[in-house]
Amino acid sequence: MSIETLQAPVVNIPVRHKRSRARSVGLHAALVLASLIAVFPVFWVLVTSFKPDGRAVAPTIRLFDESSLANYGDVLSGQQGDFLAWVANSVEIALLTTVIAVFLSATTGYAVSRFRFPGSRKLLLSFLVVQMFPFAVLIVPLFNVLLTLGLQGTSIGLVLVYCTTSVPFCTYMLKGYFDTIPADIDESGRVDGLSPFGVFWRLVLPLARPGLAVTAFYAFLTAWGEVAFASAFLSASDESKTLAVGLQVFVQQNRVEWGHLAAASILVAIPAVAVFYLVQRFLVAGLAAGAVKG
Amino acid sequence: MRRSLQRHWYAYAMVAPVVVVLAVLVLYPLAQGIWFTLTDINESSIANPVLDRPASYSFVGLRNYLNVLSGDGSYGAFWGTLVRTVIWTASCVVLTYGVGLGLALLLNRPMRLRSLYRVLLILPWAVPVFISAFAWKFMFNSQFGVINQLLGALGLGQPVWLGQTDLALVAVVIVNVWVGVPFMMLALLGGLQSIPADLYEAAEVDGATPWQRFRDVTLPGLRSVSGTVVLLGIIWTFNMFPVIYLVTGPAANPNTRILVTYAFERFFSGASRDYAVASTYGVLILSVLLVFATFYRRALRRQEAFA
Repeated sequence: MSIETLQAPVVNIPVRHKRSRARSVGLHAALVLASLIAVFPVFWVLVTSFKPDGRAVAPTIRLFDESSLANYGDVLSGQQGDFLAWVANSVEIALLTTVIAVFLSATTGYAVSRFRFPGSRKLLLSFLVVQMFPFAVLIVPLFNVLLTLGLQGTSIGLVLVYCTTSVPFCTYMLKGYFDTIPADIDESGRVDGLSPFGVFWRLVLPLARPGLAVTAFYAFLTAWGEVAFASAFLSASDESKTLAVGLQVFVQQNRVEWGHLAAASILVAIPAVAVFYLVQRFLVAGLAAGAVKG
Repeated sequence: MRRSLQRHWYAYAMVAPVVVVLAVLVLYPLAQGIWFTLTDINESSIANPVLDRPASYSFVGLRNYLNVLSGDGSYGAFWGTLVRTVIWTASCVVLTYGVGLGLALLLNRPMRLRSLYRVLLILPWAVPVFISAFAWKFMFNSQFGVINQLLGALGLGQPVWLGQTDLALVAVVIVNVWVGVPFMMLALLGGLQSIPADLYEAAEVDGATPWQRFRDVTLPGLRSVSGTVVLLGIIWTFNMFPVIYLVTGPAANPNTRILVTYAFERFFSGASRDYAVASTYGVLILSVLLVFATFYRRALRRQEAFA
């Protein structure tokens, strides 16, 4: 007994790798099933995107059914609504929102991370509370503000609206990232005679580049996929829509063009998925770190 | 005050831009939104410079709140909708957390193909939500949807998923769980990896069964991550709009109506653009969440004090 106990830590490591055959099969079966469920809807959209609209709703399902690239051609050439204009609008709105939000929130994230000043806790709490805001509480007054400013229905108006959520969000994420940069760096900078701004600008910001990139990408993706405000605030004309609004056109007004919708969806999803996989590793850490310490 | 300003002026200067943005884009609209709940503002009484029309709404006191809180059907049957929202939120968060934790536990062990599983399992998070919603709407179709075809092939019933029944609520819960699991899974996986391995070894040496190890080492180790992701999950799900709006379609289905979708309906749907009622719903939703979050954080802190 005592010998076994003594040996346990040494023996332990190889033992952990050993798993009975049945348990190993069960483990992989569970993960394969979960992966299938995770991937299938996307795979199904991909399959459907090659089928003509009529075949996409066929009562017997086949993987390939008169499949071709015709849907992609139609979508890109603008036969089914001005797809390229939607892309341009989505990119413009998401990009502007991201640049403004990251630019504004970097300094604040740093200040909240490093300095204990009166009000810093309250400020941090307010970011958390804003995350809680249902869009419903701001939608009417923001609509009113945009009407007054004459920005209702424009991209700039929507950018302003998105800043209400993305600025607090970016601040939160960046605060989490700045927390991971050792404060010794700041102190040595101060010893070398840099001002607090100098430390931030010359030392911390360059080190925080990965954090800035992740935050920016995530803010971009959030604006890219937003539905409620975009549906309500953009004008009805086809060329002012974003993708999230434009794609709804395919399934409205009794013209359900599933094949074309699927092709458009794939075109939208590819860049989003690619960017997402680049940044996801840092994303969870940022979200969790920012939130836990609030 | 002056001393604090002198000592912290650079901190305040750095914070200023965000504070200004929050004040202009969040606090001022919030105050205005609360004011709107006390008026009868709607599409024809809001000020519209384009039409050169001044505001013509007037103060009505607490009438909107009384109408909404009476639970009247023409004001969205508030209490019934609140109950449905709570059911929706609870089932989504419980299922998402359960599945997320299960998958995190499976992934948190050395095995072959681990990184492949990980990449596949987070795909639902990578795809924009509006695309996922369309995909599921397509799959849930009662005639040509792949789900019913599969059920038919297995000799099971082929229900109308997105009709005017409670089955529609089940369908949107499924979609939302599918969308939400990857975030939970990754966050909990991070939490699992931060639990020191010697705790498990010590437990094993003491002869703890796998269940005891899970209960006495894993769960306490996950407490702080869990507290955060569950709170975030509840807030996000309570306010989740695109999944329900896009899966059940813009013609609102009363069986999947939750508080935020009804607020949007009142704001946006053609016949009755009642901005006052939409704002009232917004303020009520925010109040519910604030009260809940306060209690939640207090309970969490008490738990930590005991632990």
